[in-house]
Amino acid sequence: MVMNRRGVLRGARALATGLTASAMLPSWARSTAHGLSPSVPTLSGPDVALTIARTPWPVDGRIGDAITINGTIPAPLIRLRQGEKVRLAVTNLLKEDTSIHWHGVLVPFQFDGVPGVSFPGIRPGETFVYDFPIIQSGTYWYHSHSGLQEQMGHYGPIIIDPASVDPVAYDREHVIVLSDFSFMSPHMIMDKLKKQPGYFNYQKQTLAGLLAGEGQPLAERLRWGKMRMDPTDVSDVTGSTYTFLVNGHGPKDNWTALFQPWERVRLRFVNAAAMTTFDVRIPGLKMSVVQADGQNVRPVEVDEFQIAVAETFDVVVRPAENRAFTLVAEAVDRSGMARATLAPREGMSAPVPPLRGRPIATMRDMGMDMRGGAQMKGDAGNGGETTGHSAMAEPPGSSTGRSQGGMNKDRNGGPHAGMSMSMRDPENAPGVKTGPGVQMISPMPQDRTSEPGQGLNNTEHKVLVYADLISLDPNPDPRPPQRTKEIHLTGNMERFMWSFDGEKFSDVKEPIPFRKDERVRVILVNDSMMSHPIHLHGHFFEVVNGHPGRHPRKHTVNVAPGGKVTFDLTADAPGDWAFHCHLLYHMHAGMFQVVTIRPLDEEAA
Amino acid sequence: MKVVTATRLWLLLAAPSVAQSAEDQSLRHDVSVPHALSADRGGGRPGLPGPHMTTSTAKETSTSQAADTFSSKHAAHGSTAPSPPGDHAADRLFDRRSMEDARNELRRDQGGGTFSMILLNVAEYQARKDGSFYRWDGEGWWGGDLNRLVIKSEGRGGFDGTTENAEVQALYSRAVSPYFDLQTGIRHDFEPNPSRSYATLALEGLMPYWFEVEGSAFLSNKGDLLGRFDAYYDQLLTQRLVIQPRVEINLAAQDVPENDIGSGLSDVELGLRLRYEVLRELAPYLGVSYERKIGDTADYARDEGEEAETLSFVLGVRAWF
Repeated sequence: MVMNRRGVLRGARALATGLTASAMLPSWARSTAHGLSPSVPTLSGPDVALTIARTPWPVDGRIGDAITINGTIPAPLIRLRQGEKVRLAVTNLLKEDTSIHWHGVLVPFQFDGVPGVSFPGIRPGETFVYDFPIIQSGTYWYHSHSGLQEQMGHYGPIIIDPASVDPVAYDREHVIVLSDFSFMSPHMIMDKLKKQPGYFNYQKQTLAGLLAGEGQPLAERLRWGKMRMDPTDVSDVTGSTYTFLVNGHGPKDNWTALFQPWERVRLRFVNAAAMTTFDVRIPGLKMSVVQADGQNVRPVEVDEFQIAVAETFDVVVRPAENRAFTLVAEAVDRSGMARATLAPREGMSAPVPPLRGRPIATMRDMGMDMRGGAQMKGDAGNGGETTGHSAMAEPPGSSTGRSQGGMNKDRNGGPHAGMSMSMRDPENAPGVKTGPGVQMISPMPQDRTSEPGQGLNNTEHKVLVYADLISLDPNPDPRPPQRTKEIHLTGNMERFMWSFDGEKFSDVKEPIPFRKDERVRVILVNDSMMSHPIHLHGHFFEVVNGHPGRHPRKHTVNVAPGGKVTFDLTADAPGDWAFHCHLLYHMHAGMFQVVTIRPLDEEAA
Repeated sequence: MKVVTATRLWLLLAAPSVAQSAEDQSLRHDVSVPHALSADRGGGRPGLPGPHMTTSTAKETSTSQAADTFSSKHAAHGSTAPSPPGDHAADRLFDRRSMEDARNELRRDQGGGTFSMILLNVAEYQARKDGSFYRWDGEGWWGGDLNRLVIKSEGRGGFDGTTENAEVQALYSRAVSPYFDLQTGIRHDFEPNPSRSYATLALEGLMPYWFEVEGSAFLSNKGDLLGRFDAYYDQLLTQRLVIQPRVEINLAAQDVPENDIGSGLSDVELGLRLRYEVLRELAPYLGVSYERKIGDTADYARDEGEEAETLSFVLGVRAWF
């Protein structure tokens, strides 16, 4: 079977056209997609068979080494229905272990698919059967949790249709799986990052740039140089090695989604990239965001949204014109874009806007903005809550002189009562092991959920911010949190070390423990100038964003540089769960932990 | 506003059963949860007995406290974190040894990797008034993030077959701060004659403003103490065109006549190299190198008929892999 596929691909190489490659893809991911309908064959329950194998894969006319599921990138769409059961038999044809994690899907821990946490992994030649009831609905995805396989194409989308009426009305839908593909092997990418962390950045500040008046002025450059921080370090791996894909298609392949004018088209975006945050827009169309991480939200109309790695967003667009629209997903560092077309007919295209300027990190991204929380955009109602949880930044029982009073004084323009503005004062994070792996500790991390993502601050049109997200359903657990847990996202960009609380997973002795069903407020503090999409397995948590009772429920939350994010968690799934940064190479460098929830079922009786 | 009110009302209905105060924080209550609460889970977790919640509530919880008004006072009286369990959940369902293997691999995979690198910062042909020479300066490392084996080598020779100097260092390197490694080990000089071995202590790292620096102290098997300071700076002219000023200073605590080294500041080497990064790993360069022997070291050189001061035009390749 594999040989046959290789034969077909040899043909594809000879022709080097995207069209031949399309024949390989599931119908919804072919170069031209008519949209999903019940008649379109997709994999659906109750029995799903998936085969993981190494397959040459053509991207923009060039063949890359890939790991595919059932022969395609992305893997087949798995379409399930809430309230039903599913059995997924996963066969490993690789020479190494593999696994599948059902990202965002609530499953018993033994089916969560993380080798070394939930199960031993799937050995070469073995078939592992995942068997669980579907208790939720929404857009999700699945991917490998073994080694660096995810980078090589081991990911695919999941749609779970609600048991009752879908509150989102639409006439047609398309799945948009965004990803980053490299012809360089993922282990080589990691190797380069360890040797020279700026290896992939070809947008550094230069002397030529200074003379041309680009980027920071000299005084700013010196200030950052003194800190040994590169403000252009936005993405660790960039378009210099990545081709950015829409449903497995490079920008030249131009994947096209069809619509009829006036139709309500639901686009289900999944960011399945290993390292790339995307800024998504469709020039000429307003997008109504209706779902985030598979959970319905009140519709918000935006012109652009930033999607961090592992997040999903569903939007509805209603193109009124009989013409093509370009779907642009720029990499956050502007080193490239994924591109697709929405058109009423095949073979159409619309102008592709040029890449915009890349962001340059600011002191706010260093958690050192003296103006405090003043940069809130709109949403006055958020202020009170933000103050509320900055008070909470102090874990119960610790007293370091960095009191709530100190914070407030600072905000009122008073002196920094006992609060060091040093970029690496261990006093500012007593729980962090400040070894060589910790380059900085944000002295004044801000809640940045009301700010557009990095690089979108000066955009004139409406950009989605986390504070816009209001859960459609009331949050299921109204209890106030019983305790607070602060977790610091730490790293050293010069050594490419990443960790939680200063300790990479290989050095961690103890997991992060929760009692079953306790309600905990978790504060993620970003002690680095890079974004980290943090994913907790097996749960949704409520991101505290100014809409109490209807906080958006997410499985992955992007913590802005030098910022912090607060979420409330009901630890209701007994077992051991992975908790990590979803940037693949950050996780691989150590930004990973295990969360335990006890008692397990048997003990509870 | 309407929504908030509705939520509060809903909370008031839901909260009393949840917010019962417990006599003892560690005491657990099985509390039935209104069906609405667990609706989102579709009637509860798979594998769970039913829509029940076990909760340990704080003493001062009251119905007036909704999620948004959660105060620090409340948290101060909140429960503490449980102690981590000693078991692994998956061990109950899967072969223990397979799980142990998988855990070890996971640990290695998430932060436990070892890497290696060889960097030849200087590998060049030097054209001088008194002939043609080659010069190298590089180092390699192998290991994890904190502990590494470091091999350094530098030297110079003439194309007429003479080797002016050639040394190799083998060091254990330990990261001691975000930017600096402390290194200790041995250095051996194959040239000049007579050859010498040294115990070595060095500090290598990155200074503010991106200066790569290295300071070393060497104690020879004859009891002579030498010192060296190295620094360079990479200035990007464009994304691929880089100019590197470099300095190396050698010091001695005493005269070492057999090796033509005078006490004090013995020599200074200043270089300026312009490279083009065809790849990050491979960058041909050209530049100049100026070397001056100082004090007694200069006298030793003059006594042997050598120049105390040399200027070289250099052509080389900076490479790493």
